[in-house]
Amino acid sequence: MFGLKSTSLFGETKKLEREIDEFVDILSEVGLVFKSIIPTYLSSSANGKFDEMVEQVKLMESKADKITKEVEHTLYEETLIPDARSDVLRVLEHLDEVIGMYQGNCYHFSIQKPNFPKEFHDDLIDLTETVVNCVEALCLTVRSFFRDIKSVRDNAHKVTFYEKESDIKFSSLARKIFDSNLSLDQKMHLRYFVEKIDRICDQAEDISDEIQIYAIKRSV
Amino acid sequence: MELTIIIFLLGGLFLGWSLGANDAANVFGTAVGTRMVQFKTAAIVCSIFVILGAIISGSGTTETLGKLGSINALPGAFAACIAAGLSVYIMTKSGLPVSTTQAIVGAIIGWNLYTGSSTNIQVLITILGTWVLCPIIAGLLSMLFFVITKNFLQKAKLHILRLDAYTRTALLLAGAFGAYSLGANNIANVMGVFVPISPFTDINILNDFNFSSKEQLFLLGGIAIAVGVFTYSKKVMFTVGNDLLKMSPVAAFIVVLAHSIVLFLFASQGISNFLQSINLPSIPLVPVSSSQAVVGGVIGIGLLKGGKEVQWTIARKISIGWVLLPILAALISFIILFVLQNIFNLTVNY
Repeated sequence: MFGLKSTSLFGETKKLEREIDEFVDILSEVGLVFKSIIPTYLSSSANGKFDEMVEQVKLMESKADKITKEVEHTLYEETLIPDARSDVLRVLEHLDEVIGMYQGNCYHFSIQKPNFPKEFHDDLIDLTETVVNCVEALCLTVRSFFRDIKSVRDNAHKVTFYEKESDIKFSSLARKIFDSNLSLDQKMHLRYFVEKIDRICDQAEDISDEIQIYAIKRSV
Repeated sequence: MELTIIIFLLGGLFLGWSLGANDAANVFGTAVGTRMVQFKTAAIVCSIFVILGAIISGSGTTETLGKLGSINALPGAFAACIAAGLSVYIMTKSGLPVSTTQAIVGAIIGWNLYTGSSTNIQVLITILGTWVLCPIIAGLLSMLFFVITKNFLQKAKLHILRLDAYTRTALLLAGAFGAYSLGANNIANVMGVFVPISPFTDINILNDFNFSSKEQLFLLGGIAIAVGVFTYSKKVMFTVGNDLLKMSPVAAFIVVLAHSIVLFLFASQGISNFLQSINLPSIPLVPVSSSQAVVGGVIGIGLLKGGKEVQWTIARKISIGWVLLPILAALISFIILFVLQNIFNLTVNY
């Protein structure tokens, strides 16, 4: 009545809530897959499993893309959350970029097949775990932005913590690589991969900073 | 009905139109300006509830204006309306947030002075008191609602999208209540001066339903307000929504609710009777300013947030308006009455 479409308004709202939750679930799951994809790659005996996991990440990324487009479409079509719409869409787009970065890393490992000597394995796995923890904390920040603004700051603080940890671990590993007896081209090649993994944390921190600002804007 | 009567009534209808064009924005401005509610939806809801409020609850404030000065000739009422309309126009052009309420009171006093009728000082003091009380009560109410809503939202942890859906519904409901209260409280400004000299007669339908001449006048005034809403309020709503009240939709809902309660309080015979029945002082039924209630509400929230966002210049301008507008309206009313009586040879007082 009168163009209000109250039933469809609440229906659309619930559908969108589910889609956004699903999107954040995907981000978190891609992280978990990524956490086990690096040890799988490093154990050269499990090449088939590695390819399978890369494919899994690819499917998740396409699904996340699809959800982002649907959410964007519905938010504009139904003129929902007019005051926070652009903020929400920007956050989703940037989160989608994080998923893209995970996928990019997987592809680069799959195509370039960097040769990490055994002495660097533990450090690389450790760095990967920190990165995934950082993104996990980002997922919590995102969820609190949508439901519980008061917790945004606490969760964003965890993201910052993991980002600093990741920087320390990246520097230490990069130093070890360049202190080793490997050839310069191999050192550069390995540094490229380590840096690429660490960049995921930088992106996560940027997003969490952004969310903190949006949360202030959203306060009643 | 004679043509002259229609012409005289046009004065009131013009006031009604300008009320609809301007004050509907207080009720639905933020909702429409921020695109939380469509203009068409807002205009339909606003019009229906303004008319309902005017017919069902409009008599209380009209009686009070009648006590201030009972204009007993149509040309006199016409002069008062035109004086009120003109003075509001002049003050609005000067950037002061004034209202028809203050103007019509000034215009009635102008008529009293011109015709030598006495002004009931007690009623005048009551009316002046409510003008000051109106933004203060609106401010206090919005502070209270703000604290309650903030605590509720922190505990409820609603999803941003669900909160959006609830806020839209709440804005529409508060808007409907606001429109009803606006009709009930402000119809006296538009049609009050015509009540003692209503050109209509009571209509009795099936011996059951009596549609009094006063209600017919209020219906006409309500329709004039509705026409104002449809023809001119859209622009004002977008101005209010985007420039003046830059606040979150939830805060906007709180302000509209506080505004609506204040207007309703000063118009409700039921609440007034209830308070009297439990030996509490009754609330005077006085037309108050919708714009000033909104500004009071906004200032209330601003104060809770630390006072930095409060635009004290607007508060100062409001108090200037309380003094200047009635004086200006009284002066213009005096001049128009003089012109009508001495140039057009019309009777402005019996």
